[in-house]
Amino acid sequence: MTSLTGVAGAGGVAPETPVRPGRRGPGAWRFAVLAVLGLYFIVPIGASVWFTVRDRRNGGVTFGTYAQIPGAEGFADAFTRSLLLAVLTVVLSLLLMVPTVVLVELRLPRLRTAVELLTLMPLVLPPIALVVGVRSVLAWAPDYFLNTPLADAFFALQEPALPWILVLVYVVLALPFVYRALDAGVRGSDLKTLTEAARNLGASWPRVLVSVVLPVLRTSVLNAAFLTLALVLGEFTVAAILGFETFPTWIVRISGSAPKLSVAVSVLSLLITWALLLLISALDRRRGAKENS
Amino acid sequence: MTAVSARAVGPADLRQRPGVAVRLEGLTRRYGSVLALDGLDLDIAGGEFVALLGPSGCGKTTALRAIAGFDRPDGGRVLVDGRDVTDVPANKRDMGMVFQAYSLFPNLTVAENVAFGLRVRGRDKGERRGRATELLELVGLADRAQRYPHQLSGGQQQRVALARALAVAPQVLLLDEPLSALDAQVRVQLREEIRRIQLELGITTVFVTHDQAEALSVADRVGVLRAGRLEQIAGPDELYERPATAFVAEFVGTMNRLPARLTDGAVELLGTRRPVTGAAPAAGPVVALIRPESLLVQADAAGPGRVVTRTFSGASTRLLVALPDGSEVRVDVASAVSQDLTPGTAVTVLPADRPVLVAPAEPIPG
Repeated sequence: MTSLTGVAGAGGVAPETPVRPGRRGPGAWRFAVLAVLGLYFIVPIGASVWFTVRDRRNGGVTFGTYAQIPGAEGFADAFTRSLLLAVLTVVLSLLLMVPTVVLVELRLPRLRTAVELLTLMPLVLPPIALVVGVRSVLAWAPDYFLNTPLADAFFALQEPALPWILVLVYVVLALPFVYRALDAGVRGSDLKTLTEAARNLGASWPRVLVSVVLPVLRTSVLNAAFLTLALVLGEFTVAAILGFETFPTWIVRISGSAPKLSVAVSVLSLLITWALLLLISALDRRRGAKENS
Repeated sequence: MTAVSARAVGPADLRQRPGVAVRLEGLTRRYGSVLALDGLDLDIAGGEFVALLGPSGCGKTTALRAIAGFDRPDGGRVLVDGRDVTDVPANKRDMGMVFQAYSLFPNLTVAENVAFGLRVRGRDKGERRGRATELLELVGLADRAQRYPHQLSGGQQQRVALARALAVAPQVLLLDEPLSALDAQVRVQLREEIRRIQLELGITTVFVTHDQAEALSVADRVGVLRAGRLEQIAGPDELYERPATAFVAEFVGTMNRLPARLTDGAVELLGTRRPVTGAAPAAGPVVALIRPESLLVQADAAGPGRVVTRTFSGASTRLLVALPDGSEVRVDVASAVSQDLTPGTAVTVLPADRPVLVAPAEPIPG
């Protein structure tokens, strides 16, 4: 019996560390900083919202502009296209980067610096340089590869209904965010030991990736997905220069003829992005809560 | 209290499975310019508990990882039950391993962690659940089955890791410093727990540690590694009492190094002569290696030594005594007779009347 109680005692949970009482001074500063930041963000958004809901003729508030959005010419096409592009970009980025980050962490730690630098390139090089290069290639390639399957491939990439070329460019633009989000997750967990434990228990590599790596990196994968989603839903330069209509380029196009509508759509897109963010963090929290229960 | 009876028994299939022999033949592993394993040979009998002990970088973890299949040796073979597994990938080796770092899957409950290996093997849910319960009872954590790893203490996590490693009924149990992240009290309890379970199941176990007390207290045999080679492998008593080399003598237990002189097959030290044990170097100045409990100390107003510090530790008390030549020796005396040996007391120190191990006078490398 003594040994049993002894063993049970061995599992005792450490007492909680005492919480340091907060100080007044920094609290006031914190409030001031938050207030300034809040104003910085809220004033323009608030002004936009007021612009869209103010009823000039009758006075008061009307949501008529928002009611026009679903029926607006080109909205549905542009929005679904952008959403599809975003989803494809997320999937492709993760398919590319999750195995890369894991491989670098577990097998090729020496390549970490090289991969880090490589993924930084889209931040260093302005997107305009990238897109001008892409445009030149797109203009030159179909002629050069005329009558070969490659020419068809280049045309397919530029299909206006679903421009895959944008997906490819967005994957590159999203690299810095995706890599950093995943790398933070990998560094924050002992992936090496966990994968070895799983291997030791008989798991194949694909199984290790699905059953161990992805759950461990869940939060970083979600973060990476969200950052990419936000990036693609708001990206204007590349789509405009390559001449495709996406949600942002559509907003700019209609802003001349229907300024109120375009601002309303901008506000709406902000809300949609927020909703996605909340959804993702709620998903994450629900899983976390399950583990904490 | 059903847990007690279940724990005393352990899973039947594990107990009925005889331990298999493990054999390492000329294992060599090089990392760049560092030779981690230098032709390591090791024979482990079925059901034996062998501890690999050594300073960091001696190759003990590399050897364990070679057995587990995480590290491919450059040369040599790993044989389990007579079968060459050197080229078998880690997930096909049928070995259970407990790691130094906490290695439970954070997204799975304790029970799911224990059942992971069975899930991988495609066993049905009922079997997985029964087995997890059985093993959690074995390690005394059946009531924590639905918790998540972060809700457990370090000691509990390592016990779950042990249950998880044993759940697949592995041929060999590998322990890679599983206790080093735990605090002292838990460490002692858990190492006894590991030994109890190992004896119950009769599973061949390799335990890597840098803590000699840990190795000596649980293992059937302890192998001391140095620079990728086995310096000595022997039972704990023999290793402590009759270390084969000066390195082993210094690494295992506390050892005093006293300047001495070798003449006519005997060693002169502390003003007296004692016979030499083990391989003796050439005659001349040597270093005598003497355990603290093999020195006798006596209060003596005319004695050449002075007590510097006195450390009480229960039944025995350790004295640090300064000698006239400037060296200091540690001496263990029974606490009951050490009251008057306070710091500053003049004393004489003599070696006990038994053969003494000597080493060449130059400092020992490594």
